[in-house]
Amino acid sequence: MNRLFVITSHLLLSIPLAYAANITVDERLGAYQAEGAGPFSAENGKLLWEGKHSAANGDSRSCTSCHGSSLKQGGNHIRTGKPIKAMSPTANPERLTDSKKVEKWFKRNCKWAWGRECTPQEKGDLLRYMQSQ
Amino acid sequence: MKKYAWFLVFLPALFIGAGAVFGDNDHSGRTGADDDKGNGWWRESRLDVAPVRNEPYQSECGSCHFAYQPGLLPARSWQAMMGDLANHFGDNAELDETVQQQILDYLVDNAADRSRYKRSRRIDGSLHANDIPLRISDTLYFKRKHHEIPQRLVKGNRQVGSFSNCAACHRRAGSGSYNEHEVNIPGVGLWDD
Repeated sequence: MNRLFVITSHLLLSIPLAYAANITVDERLGAYQAEGAGPFSAENGKLLWEGKHSAANGDSRSCTSCHGSSLKQGGNHIRTGKPIKAMSPTANPERLTDSKKVEKWFKRNCKWAWGRECTPQEKGDLLRYMQSQ
Repeated sequence: MKKYAWFLVFLPALFIGAGAVFGDNDHSGRTGADDDKGNGWWRESRLDVAPVRNEPYQSECGSCHFAYQPGLLPARSWQAMMGDLANHFGDNAELDETVQQQILDYLVDNAADRSRYKRSRRIDGSLHANDIPLRISDTLYFKRKHHEIPQRLVKGNRQVGSFSNCAACHRRAGSGSYNEHEVNIPGVGLWDD
């Protein structure tokens, strides 16, 4: 009984949440398009996600430094070791459901990994890639 | 004179009794409160530092690292740190202005030099007035308390990594308890000295 309840409530909850991720991604992509970017590609997003950049201190950095090699699994913050939950909205329905949060982390993490902010085109490609996983 | 001495013995007992009576009435949820003022401090004063009770701080700062309690550094340290978030120990931790101000206010209001909790007072007491430590592990009190721990159990221990990782060994650090009897070093076990 208990398990049945958990399974059904999970299903019922995760459907609208996955949907929420789509809404947020669409909304973001629309905003990037308004800035002149697009069309967006998950394949380019994957290349960006895995691309390595050298930091001023000589470290090689990429999104995967902290998020790990698979979006469906989590990673660990490279400095503090703190676990980071999966980025894929399928694996983690809370992901990509809050535009403000998406932009905050793009700003922080692009600056950390690439030493600059990401362009609207890059952000769109990255979102498409995360959404596809 | 002797009569007064007896009174002094009983006076603290009265306070403890009051704490027990009123403390029991205070089982209500306290998640909305931003600080410990007027919120059952007599019960929580048994803890070492005031637990974190600020949602923006917990979620913004705690998503990358252990949410160090504000009572672990003096107000001037938090001010210095929050003034340079673009270079936060080598990371970019920029916040939008409103959230940054909210978090700074919370940190300053509950800083070590404004707290009555035991460890906060001792940390603050170990600092010179012009020290502005940015790391808790740079305070004299912290160093005194950890000097006997060999580096191989911390830096050389993959499950710990550094002294910044409080909760790796202080298993109840998240709730503000740093009691040495609760220290459990991963791969080593209980550490009681």
